[in-house]
Amino acid sequence: MNLTINGTDHTVDLPDDMPLLWALRDGLNMTSVKYGCGIAQCGACTVHIGGEAVRSCQVALADVWGEITTIEGLGTPDALHTIQAAWIEHQVAQCGYCQSGQILQASDLLARNPQPTDEDIDAAMSGNLCRCGTYPRIRAAVHAAASAMREV
Amino acid sequence: MGRARTIARRSFLIGSASILGGVAFGAYFVTRQTPNPLLEGLAEGEAALTPFVKITPQGITLIVPRADVGQGIASTQAMLIAEELDIDPATATLDPGQPHQAYFNGTVAAESLPFPAWENGFVASTVRELMGNVARLTSSQFTGGSSSVADLHETLRMAGATARETLKAAAAFRTGVPRADLRTENGQVILPDGTGIPYTDLAAQAAAIKPVTDVTLRPASEWTRLGKPYQRLDIVAKSTGTQDFGIDVVLPGMLHATVRANPGRGGGMAGYNADAALTMQGVRSVVEVNEGLAVIADNTWFAFQAAQALEVDWLPPEYPASSAEMWQALINARTDAFRNSRLRDDGDVEAALADATVIEAEYRSPFLAHAALEPLSATVLVEAERVQIWTATQIPAVVRDAAVELTGVDPSRVTVHALPAGGSFGRRLDHDYVVHAIQIAATMPGTPIKTTWSREEDMTHDFPRPLHLAVGRGAVGNGRVLAYDLDSISPSLVSSWFGRIFIVPPGPDTLLVWGAFDQPYAIPNYRVTGYAAPPMMPIGSWRSPGACSNSFFHESFLSELIHAAGADPLEERLRLIADADSRRVLEAVGEMSNWNGADIGPGRGRGIAFAHTHGVPVAEVIDVTMTDRGIRIDEVWIAADCGTVFDPVNAEAQLTGAAIFGLGHAMNCELTYENHAVQQTNFHTFEGMRLHQTPLFHTRLLERSEQVRGLGEPATAPAAPALADAIFAATGQRLREMPFSRSVEFA
Repeated sequence: MNLTINGTDHTVDLPDDMPLLWALRDGLNMTSVKYGCGIAQCGACTVHIGGEAVRSCQVALADVWGEITTIEGLGTPDALHTIQAAWIEHQVAQCGYCQSGQILQASDLLARNPQPTDEDIDAAMSGNLCRCGTYPRIRAAVHAAASAMREV
Repeated sequence: MGRARTIARRSFLIGSASILGGVAFGAYFVTRQTPNPLLEGLAEGEAALTPFVKITPQGITLIVPRADVGQGIASTQAMLIAEELDIDPATATLDPGQPHQAYFNGTVAAESLPFPAWENGFVASTVRELMGNVARLTSSQFTGGSSSVADLHETLRMAGATARETLKAAAAFRTGVPRADLRTENGQVILPDGTGIPYTDLAAQAAAIKPVTDVTLRPASEWTRLGKPYQRLDIVAKSTGTQDFGIDVVLPGMLHATVRANPGRGGGMAGYNADAALTMQGVRSVVEVNEGLAVIADNTWFAFQAAQALEVDWLPPEYPASSAEMWQALINARTDAFRNSRLRDDGDVEAALADATVIEAEYRSPFLAHAALEPLSATVLVEAERVQIWTATQIPAVVRDAAVELTGVDPSRVTVHALPAGGSFGRRLDHDYVVHAIQIAATMPGTPIKTTWSREEDMTHDFPRPLHLAVGRGAVGNGRVLAYDLDSISPSLVSSWFGRIFIVPPGPDTLLVWGAFDQPYAIPNYRVTGYAAPPMMPIGSWRSPGACSNSFFHESFLSELIHAAGADPLEERLRLIADADSRRVLEAVGEMSNWNGADIGPGRGRGIAFAHTHGVPVAEVIDVTMTDRGIRIDEVWIAADCGTVFDPVNAEAQLTGAAIFGLGHAMNCELTYENHAVQQTNFHTFEGMRLHQTPLFHTRLLERSEQVRGLGEPATAPAAPALADAIFAATGQRLREMPFSRSVEFA
């Protein structure tokens, strides 16, 4: 099976019904995509497919409908995405396990809504669980990223 | 140190010999410096100037032995060393090191003693010091109890200063310039003419001379890094997906495994049939492990699927089958036969209550899972005479000892690669998941195997926060609280956890009544009694153990009495508290929130709670509003005093994170049992706080206390009672049982 991930083509020999999450983590060693619950309740496994944030634990390999973007496809330590820069500026992460998913979810929100209100952020981001309680800084970082992205 | 203290130390140590299983400790061993583990395996030209600083021609490594489970302690440890060493810690390699006596934790052992943290009398401080020494001798190297900063802040700065002065001595030896004429800056020794010699160039020289140990610490006024806002060293990695957690280890030829254990913890197995599982795709084998079975497969998904296909005949465990029976066991334990402690007994409670109208209330706190977002995982490679373990753990020495016990290798042949954790909240103070991984890997020597628990296993086989029951009885008069009597009943956490991991310390179970007996109130007739209910399933430390339940009981009942007395909740607390640090945080939170009573208008309410845990007084004020969708938490004000703050940006994050942890679980979470098994197996029924429920936070750290303390836990305990108090102010309804979602709706 062929997957395009962050602009690169990959071939995996795995069953059709295997969740994309495990193909990425165990099949391709892309461990930035996190396992948290396996039932779409935590958002740690969030990736983009065709630019849309989805829970990779709920997408069977055979159903992948477009190009996949993981956090590495958004930006890297040497070339940060604006959202990542805002996450760093606001020192959002504590344990950090949920943050790749949080950032990819925020990216989806800001692509659709460049100037979200607190209510918009709540509605878009409440499916992403953070057990450490970084929510106040997530909210601040989304606003900061939105502001920075509008200025570009 | 006076003579009396010296004598006390010796007699205590003789006493401790039998407690610790016949190991006799001489004072010599107590006071002798622990050996430096970095000296083993040094190459030519490399220097390990202290157990915390290693310098080679290639670079500087800082040993940061306390586990980072999200609280940011890796950065704080590095910053403490760097302040004295004069390096940019971002240029150093951080290494958690190997488990070793040099990295013992004395603070937690001391805090398990039956003295309140704010009590610093002679007996309390002497016994605390002795317990610290016992901890060192038993290599109890663990991360927990918000103890890392308290325990290590001087040690790490001394390590940095020792390394710095030794490097200067090496430069003096090389150049002939007296050490006193040298200074250091940004990883270099600077000569009087301005020439810099990089530390890395001095490694060989420094290794050849005796370390300079006669050093003094710089005063806070000279700090250039500590106490100022700085960026966590892991923040870029954690914002770009490049941080590897324990669960992310990838090794060549690695296989994957998962575990299916008895849903009734400790129940055992009458038999099983693995035929169907063994025919499934990618499955290599099924092996027996503690409490159940494991599947080894080509990837985690195959292992998860096959684990579900195992047919197992589980045996029932010994504990009660249902939550209802467990609560009844607690109710039945409120008798003299189960009485474990009475660590607070001021005035004459019985007499005061006999003459008064008694106010009585019962409170309940449920079992809770830790449910760190990173499920439990460990990767193990067993080879001939060698074991390597990659995992996130708070107890690396216990993990090493488990490998020795299970495989028979020499302790020196066990390597624990300690990795950052995706949360813990106390769960990684146990190592059952690592034991599984070692048992699994031992069946395939030479092959690294990553064992990952499913979320369902993680929730079902937690060592949960124990259920906890309290009954308060009290009396008021003349607008004041006159008598306060609290009975606190729970299975013994100290017996369960310490018994599993270390040794059961002597004396009463202080955790059972933490957050109640040790509060700095001067109520004229004041008593706290602990009852240790019979053991149920094994239980564990959960962020602010004991206090996370007791503070809810203690503060809620105090609020009930203050309300009955007609007093102001803040004013009456201030009247009852003499401890200066505690009074200041109450005054601060009043000022921050413009406190003017609990009534803040129709459909709204304001609550307050105070707790003194982990040596940190914390006061929280919470405002709520009734909406057509339920109760909304609007704002939270937190004032705390942990003494000197080394890392202000992270300190604020720990205060808000701990409060959110306390609030979210108080609102929404519980574990209930049927047929011995946990009913909540994933986040759809155990979700804590989510973003849309998160209020606005205001925090203040006073830095007036003379005790330097950690902040990972202290803001957790007062969150639940402050919220219950706010809801009472808004609705008139007293919430005496967590989670509050049993009684009210949240927006």
